[in-house]
Amino acid sequence: MSPSSKTGPIKPLAITALEGGPRTKDAIDTFFKKHTFPIVEGSYVTVVWRGQADAVHLKHWVFGLPSSQQLKRVDTTDVWYLTLQIPANSRVEYKLEVVRDGKGQWIQDPLNGSYARDPFGANSVAHGSGYQVPSWIHHDPESVPGRVDEIMFDSKTFGRRGFGVYLPARFQPSRRHPLLVVHDGHDYMRYASLGTVLDNLIHRLEVADVVVVLTSSPNRLGEYADDERHARFLTEELVPYVERVFQLDAQPQSRALMGASFGAVAPLSPAARYPGFYGRLLLQSGSFAFTDIGDRNHRGPLFDPVVAFVNRYRSDPEPVSERVFVSCGTYESLIYENRSFVPVLASTGMDVRYVEARDGHNWENWRDRLREGLSWLMPGPFLHVYE
Amino acid sequence: MTKASSRTVVLLGPQKTNPDVGSALAELGIRGKVALVMAGYQEREAEDAKIVEALGVPVVNMKLHARASELFAGDAEFREAYHARQNKLRNIQSFYRVRLEKADEAGRMISVRYVDPDLLEQEDNISVEQLRQLDHDHAERCAAVRLAFETQWKPEQRPSVQKHRRELAELVDGTQAIVIAGGHVASLLNRLDLFDALGLTAPKPVIAWGAGAMVLADQVVLFHDYPPYGSDIAQVLDAGFGLAPRLVVLPDMAKRVRTDDKFAIARFARRMAPAACIGLDPGARIIIQRGQVTSARVNRLAPSGATETGWKGTWS
Repeated sequence: MSPSSKTGPIKPLAITALEGGPRTKDAIDTFFKKHTFPIVEGSYVTVVWRGQADAVHLKHWVFGLPSSQQLKRVDTTDVWYLTLQIPANSRVEYKLEVVRDGKGQWIQDPLNGSYARDPFGANSVAHGSGYQVPSWIHHDPESVPGRVDEIMFDSKTFGRRGFGVYLPARFQPSRRHPLLVVHDGHDYMRYASLGTVLDNLIHRLEVADVVVVLTSSPNRLGEYADDERHARFLTEELVPYVERVFQLDAQPQSRALMGASFGAVAPLSPAARYPGFYGRLLLQSGSFAFTDIGDRNHRGPLFDPVVAFVNRYRSDPEPVSERVFVSCGTYESLIYENRSFVPVLASTGMDVRYVEARDGHNWENWRDRLREGLSWLMPGPFLHVYE
Repeated sequence: MTKASSRTVVLLGPQKTNPDVGSALAELGIRGKVALVMAGYQEREAEDAKIVEALGVPVVNMKLHARASELFAGDAEFREAYHARQNKLRNIQSFYRVRLEKADEAGRMISVRYVDPDLLEQEDNISVEQLRQLDHDHAERCAAVRLAFETQWKPEQRPSVQKHRRELAELVDGTQAIVIAGGHVASLLNRLDLFDALGLTAPKPVIAWGAGAMVLADQVVLFHDYPPYGSDIAQVLDAGFGLAPRLVVLPDMAKRVRTDDKFAIARFARRMAPAACIGLDPGARIIIQRGQVTSARVNRLAPSGATETGWKGTWS
């Protein structure tokens, strides 16, 4: 395969040159020394693995492509490769499956130092041309870190529960700060660098000095799926408690809920049950499964209450908040559900902003959208400051 | 807002690096004490060492932010009313912004229709006129909210306010000018207004930059073409003090405005006309005497969409 060019001669891909020979050990060693992996050449990304195996497969979660693709072996060598065309600005998480004696083992790409962690481990990451890791996810020495505490709370609904609280560096009880409740908040801190992101965006004046509550449910698939108890717990217990203790600005415009995947259903459901209470929603890659006819869904019984909720909402959409930021990756299976849900939300008069990225259903996709989402929902004073 | 009588006003570019405020004072022949307003820096207003050094003359910091905090702490009734007013103004601002975005979107939708160019031009004029009307209505609503507040609460008659105004009058006695630094423009505007700082220092010259320069115009216009959420539309915040008439002041314009978008620049300049949209970039300076620009070294956003360098203070 060779990349075509409108402006110059066609340059063979690096792997094509290797295949062209000579395939000596020295040539192969030089090839590995010369390149970083995966090799990105324009829109072509070549994943390479070296070793003895019966087969090697690329495993990824890009919806629309076969989730398992076999790497090709360079004849007479122990080099395996697969070249994919990946659009500019893409991020793709993957693993390699190395098959020996009929048994497959999933591994991170040993040649790729870029990986993303999640609750299940870590995946290797391929960046398409143009993608840049945002600067604001790394600690800025000029920013002053906020403080994170863990608090235990006695709930009438769920009994004793713990939650985290992020207090911004400039927190002052007299200032009436806004509140953001993050579902799966501890995972956001671990896998989406939420603490550093907040420190930086608040320091840059792009996000308000927000107090952030980090919740982590022991039964997220149950509680997040339009469970009335979850809405009651948040709205009648947790939020009033936090607003009282930290003397927050107890207005709808200063209350935001946020989450990803099932955790994005978790904000919408309380907002729908308590319309007018939450003025800001940030919904990332929401599991907004629905059916156009009947109630059977292809995602399994865990989704049944979600489908019932989303179907109900779609048939009679109501404004349940003021501003809603929705994001989704174009490589996610949920892209269809999210794309079709946005006009439903917007039809109610709510101010809806929707952003897509060439990424999958993963924490770094959600991390990369935080700046746009949080600065729009809870803007800091950057628009008012002219030094 | 206080409409002070004509006085010399000097607007400068950013002072963070290579400050030239000292030379501006020298050119005005000011060598004595000046009053300094740093209220735009809010809680950091006392951190004035760098500015004091750049001024090169004796300085008295009016500390309007701290005074407001002290005033509110001791006058709960007034504080609550003041916060309620600010909350109302914020809500009005947010509704106005929604209307602006929708009007702007409508204008753009119409502008790409395949019809007679003359008709499109007429429609474009209507689109700009609608934005101007929204700006005008918003400014009137803000003025009405402020007037209602002043009528009901009569700040100038409250002992808590009078005490600070008396102290400030003594503090600025003997100063030769008032210098207003940048920072948070709404915070600055409100505190200058609350303590009538410009009235207390009239008719002394005013030297200002950043937000300090913005509040001296007829209207304070918020702008940023590179917001973290992608895009936004310039919006009127409120009336200014009118000491720099017929100007829309855009501090650090080169960094904050997409000057290569000629269509948007033309639209913005026409929307703000007859005011001239001037950028206060590093090294910029504009001098206004008796309401007239007498000297200018600034760039202007022209109705043609061009960014004119070296604008001399003539309107077109």
